[in-house]
Amino acid sequence: MASEAVYTHRDPMLKKRDDFEDILEERRNSSDLRYALRCYTPVLYKGLTPSKASELKSMVLQSDQLHYVINQVSIETGMAADEVQAEAAAILEEMAHRLQISTVRFFAFTLSKVFKTLFRSICVNEEGIQRLQQAIHEHPVVLLPSHRSYMDFLLMSYILYTYDLALPVIAAGMDFMSMKFVGEMLRMSGAFFIRRSFGGDKLYWAVFSEYVKTILKNGFAPVEFFLEGTRSRTCKSLTPKLGLLNIVMDPYLKGEVFDVSVVPVSISYERILEEALYAREMLGVPKPKESTSGLFKARKVLSEDYGSIHVYFGQPVSVRSLAQNRVNRSQFNLTPRHIPRKPGEDIHSFVNDSAYRLVRAQEENMVLKPWVLLATLLLQNHHQSQAAGQKQGMAVDELTEQAVWLRDVSRQYGAFLHWPDHTSPSEVVSSSLSLHRGLVRISEGRVRLALEQAGGPAGGRDPRSAASPEEELLNQAVIILSCASYRNQALHVFIRPALLASAIHSASSNNKQEVYNSFSFLRNMFSNEFILCPGATVQDFEEACYLLVKTGALQINQQEFVVTERGHRTLAFLTSVLDPFLQGYQVVCRFLCEEATEGLTEKQFVPAVRKFIIKHLLTGRLRYAEVLSSDLQKNTLAALLRLGAVRKLKGGEEQGTLKVNKVMVNSLEDTLGGKLPTQKAVVARL
Amino acid sequence: MASNSSGGGSSDRQRIAQQRLSRIAGHLQRPADDNSAILAAECKAQGSKSGVSGGGKTVPRRRQEIMKWNGWGYNDSKFFFNKNGQAEFTGRRYRLSGLIIPGLKDWFEVTFGASVLHKTLAPPILNSSAVQPPTLNEAFVEELKSTGIPSSHDAEDRVFRAHGHCLHEIFALREGKFGRIPDMVVWPNCHSDVVKIVELACKHNVCLIPYGGGTSVSSALECPPEEARSIISLDTSQMNRILWIDEKNFTAHVEAGIVGQDLERTLNESGYCTGHEPDSMEFSSLGGWVATRASGMKKNIYGNIEDLVVHIKMVTPRGVIEKSCQGPRMSTGPDVHHFIMGSEGTLGVVTEVTMKIRPMPEYQKYGSVVFPNFEQGVACLREVAKQRCAPASIRLMDNEQFRFGHALKPQVSSIFTSFLDGLKTFYITKFKGFDPNHLCVATLLFEGDREKVLQHEKQVYDIAAKFGGLAAGEDNGQRGYMLTFVIAYLRDMGMDYYVIGESFETSVPWDRVLDVCRNVKARIIRECKEKGVQFPPLSTCRVTQTYDAGACVYFYFAFNYRGLSDPVHVYEQVEHTAREEILANGGSLSHHHGVGKLRKEWMRESVSNVGLGMIKSVKDYVDPNNIFGNRNLL
Ligand SMILES: Cc1cc2nc3c(=O)[nH]c(=O)nc-3n(C[C@H](O)[C@H](O)[C@H](O)COP(=O)(O)OP(=O)(O)OC[C@H]3O[C@@H](n4cnc5c(N)ncnc54)[C@H](O)[C@@H]3O)c2cc1C
Repeated sequence: MASEAVYTHRDPMLKKRDDFEDILEERRNSSDLRYALRCYTPVLYKGLTPSKASELKSMVLQSDQLHYVINQVSIETGMAADEVQAEAAAILEEMAHRLQISTVRFFAFTLSKVFKTLFRSICVNEEGIQRLQQAIHEHPVVLLPSHRSYMDFLLMSYILYTYDLALPVIAAGMDFMSMKFVGEMLRMSGAFFIRRSFGGDKLYWAVFSEYVKTILKNGFAPVEFFLEGTRSRTCKSLTPKLGLLNIVMDPYLKGEVFDVSVVPVSISYERILEEALYAREMLGVPKPKESTSGLFKARKVLSEDYGSIHVYFGQPVSVRSLAQNRVNRSQFNLTPRHIPRKPGEDIHSFVNDSAYRLVRAQEENMVLKPWVLLATLLLQNHHQSQAAGQKQGMAVDELTEQAVWLRDVSRQYGAFLHWPDHTSPSEVVSSSLSLHRGLVRISEGRVRLALEQAGGPAGGRDPRSAASPEEELLNQAVIILSCASYRNQALHVFIRPALLASAIHSASSNNKQEVYNSFSFLRNMFSNEFILCPGATVQDFEEACYLLVKTGALQINQQEFVVTERGHRTLAFLTSVLDPFLQGYQVVCRFLCEEATEGLTEKQFVPAVRKFIIKHLLTGRLRYAEVLSSDLQKNTLAALLRLGAVRKLKGGEEQGTLKVNKVMVNSLEDTLGGKLPTQKAVVARL
Repeated sequence: MASNSSGGGSSDRQRIAQQRLSRIAGHLQRPADDNSAILAAECKAQGSKSGVSGGGKTVPRRRQEIMKWNGWGYNDSKFFFNKNGQAEFTGRRYRLSGLIIPGLKDWFEVTFGASVLHKTLAPPILNSSAVQPPTLNEAFVEELKSTGIPSSHDAEDRVFRAHGHCLHEIFALREGKFGRIPDMVVWPNCHSDVVKIVELACKHNVCLIPYGGGTSVSSALECPPEEARSIISLDTSQMNRILWIDEKNFTAHVEAGIVGQDLERTLNESGYCTGHEPDSMEFSSLGGWVATRASGMKKNIYGNIEDLVVHIKMVTPRGVIEKSCQGPRMSTGPDVHHFIMGSEGTLGVVTEVTMKIRPMPEYQKYGSVVFPNFEQGVACLREVAKQRCAPASIRLMDNEQFRFGHALKPQVSSIFTSFLDGLKTFYITKFKGFDPNHLCVATLLFEGDREKVLQHEKQVYDIAAKFGGLAAGEDNGQRGYMLTFVIAYLRDMGMDYYVIGESFETSVPWDRVLDVCRNVKARIIRECKEKGVQFPPLSTCRVTQTYDAGACVYFYFAFNYRGLSDPVHVYEQVEHTAREEILANGGSLSHHHGVGKLRKEWMRESVSNVGLGMIKSVKDYVDPNNIFGNRNLL
């Protein structure tokens, strides 16, 4: 329960983790039907006052909270209160789940079949399950799975059903509702639906938050949602969204429950079903509408091997412990608690920090497969040989050697790596490569990214028109982005040391303070890109120093950093990890300085910057095709907006127009490129 | 309830008849043509029989003659496990006295994981040699002698006045640890004695700590260890007369050292009562109530101390403060009484108080209601408050306390045997479907004329029924109130068996009552676990008072401390976090126990900077040299 368990700052090396159990094994050996029909008697919250599911809605509609808002809306709009009430009821109707055990059983049956064809195993840490069961008994529980695939929440419910745990109620985006049938099925398996945007809609917000709180406070069911808000298309964790987290913490902060347990869950896919889909989406190849047929069209999906899934239920985190010495709860003493109030600055920053810590907790328990390391190495090799004009690819032996080296480094950094211990490294490598044969080619003892036929299925799809250089580039980028999405899974392990390595690289001297300034600049720059806890610059710096020193890559002599003999390899690797991002941010800056037109809007930004990048890639001025990722481009813009180098106009005709402070953007670009000392840029308001 | 001087067995009717008689006797004793008895100003002569006549006074100068020096209450009254392992209560003072309580042992052992075989007895005799020799201010002592006001620097006398009844205070006594104690005790006999003492104290710069009944539960009586001056405990217990009764205005003028039971008993003889009955009324004093802003069980009818006082006289280093008239309400700027009430002995000595009195009620009736759960019970109390029909007392115990109450049922006793009880339990749990692990009980006390009481009773039971409450008889109610007087004795027995505990209170708005109860109880349990307490603690609460805008909540908390090296420290840490939990959940720092030194760290956040500054500036004006140096509140 202790909050320290959320993530260990100082010594990631000492991280202890549970063992896994494959839940598909039993499914392969016994009847799915019996499994789907077996007796289901989960442990419930001890404070639960048994009441019928139907009562939930009336509890929400009769709550003081909602009444207050209904009256307010009625006064503001002149609508009769019972009309507003009816509207609230309609919102609730549209939103509410209708969890039905029969539907769950249906899913238990069909998913068993599907999972067995798609995956080799679904591994779950049973100790985590036991902790969860205990937590559900003790306090209201919030489940926070990572979000990489549509599968996630079905998978979660499937696992909970398997272990006879209380089934969660899940916050799902409204876009599912466009798939009529699936939407209703999901609703009956516990999903409730929230509109994507309801900005100023007070009534909607009131119904929604009261609905969630009522479920939570009474312990009717664990509440599940995705802290990242949406599926991460890059496999990097996304900056957490705070809305729902605010809602579920509120009952604790206002004293309505003794505590709330938040359980981060890390779901790692060895191969992601949506892999290529995501890459295309980020490259601007239109996204297929999320329709029922779309999801299942890929029949071929079913015939492929997606390896295994690891699901790690993390330590339950007590909101009470998180808030201890952080939030003064007595601030709610002086106004009735049912009157909605905007959370104050302290609450906001508390929730925000907690959100980051929870995402980090998810990250830390993500299982990394050897392929993640291979993809990292292959990508680096690709760029280096491209730059040097060398022959593409690397010898299998060399790859294996490097992989073993990287395995050891990443373990030292606390990575949760599943590298089969009783298999020879070369076997590990070859079996990893074969699972991802869509992304790599092996010939003549060399491995390289499968770029040349990236345009379509082997053999060339449409021989009529030879692909234009731009098309070819985009096709290659699909492969590169797919590989990058695997590399990205390991970024959280390397990010702090990588920032330090780059800082050492770019700092004007090896003086610790200089390096720190440089580190701090980079960290600030990239805080929309990676999960870096707000306000933890010093801790991050120290953690990075600690890791590099402890692993013998770095020595600190009287405030001077000295890279050791064997440290050069590590630091070279680490700077290469960050390099594509450094380059990417610079290109975006350059675009804004050179090509951004007066009236450029946020909407036009991505297509315009993409065009600019394509140009640069084609002329060879830029090496990293992964910079084509709209995710990176948007993150850069977000960082610049945050830093005030770009402003977004609000309201009026010019709504969404970007105003670029070219001097500042330029200086940021130069600093990123190491052309300006960080000190200057820091002055430029960081 | 303490049965006062009358024995345990009399029935209600008999008792009321007796009261009527004594009331009439009271009338007869007074001059028929005069409404008030006037006391001669002279008070020096010891034992002078002036003022309103009354029975024997309870508190002698040498308290040790009747009271325990290291525990609660009378020497002759205590719980113990007899040879058969059954709990028994000794003495003859209380209804429970001389009775066997068969269920207590099991409850005790099961609740605390304790065993009657594991005993840790306190030393019976005070070891005077462990007491620091007094630091006397010779000049002060000399001059005091010349006034003829009795004093003492006997070790026992001093130790007795060095503490209240916080757990840590009693525990230390049982361990024979004394720390800083007063250097001297003085016993003024009247207001003018106090004036002299305060003058001398100012002149010689000694520290004065007023001492009333010694029932403080806020470390208010503890001597600040850093105090270098001579500390004089000013024991008011001998200023215990009712100086006059004014039947025209329904007031009585009383010396502040009188203890509650004497005050009530004496007034009863004249057919009156104040109706102020804090659970400590056997020993706590009028001056103590004023100084701490005390609250009595029957405040619904009679009000809290601030509603009861009409006039206060207090001696301060600046002189005597009092109002010029006894008007029932005034608009004369901030009410100076409110500087005095709650001053906790930091400003001066309250010497005389004019209090409201009421004719004694003709009829009293106990009652109880069982609710399916605590939530329903609280909802019912709120409704009762809304309809402003609260009986003299209404208290709601949670499930744990309900079970505790059951364990305290004595074996044989006319008033306790209720053969219906078993049947009732059966009816409630089996027939009405109440879960014995959730149900809770409210105890009620009605007072007034018979007709109205019965009407009132019906109204309350009707409300209760709306919240699923079932009437559960008079005994349950009566036993509930009896418990409040013996619970302090029980703590002493607990300490004989490695169990320590305490109660603390708060006041809280209605919408927070359930939240505070739940969260504080859970916090106690969690903290105990984290602090290494081996067995789950007893963590229970009850709602003891209702107001228009909220309620007073009492928490009881006790645990078995075997295996802990510093149990009192653990205890204090847990109580500390419990108080933080209370404050975080919208509860107050105290409803009536006061702040003392135990809770003063939270004063600033409780009353704001400016508020604290106001209190401080009053202190600075009234007592610039900190003669009243007990360091409470600020
Ligand atoms: C078992 C038990 C039950 C209790 N129940 C209640 C209850 O129901 N309601 C309630 O309100 N409290 C209760 N208390 C708390 C306590 O009884 C009250 O605070 C009471 O008012 C203290 O009175 P006392 O005469 O014992 O004062 P003491 O304990 O002697 O002193 C308390 C404080 O008041 C000061 N003081 C005392 N007399 C004077 C005076 N004449 N002039 C100036 N300052 C003075 C002292 O210096 C000290 O700071 C209970 C305590 C116990 C142990």
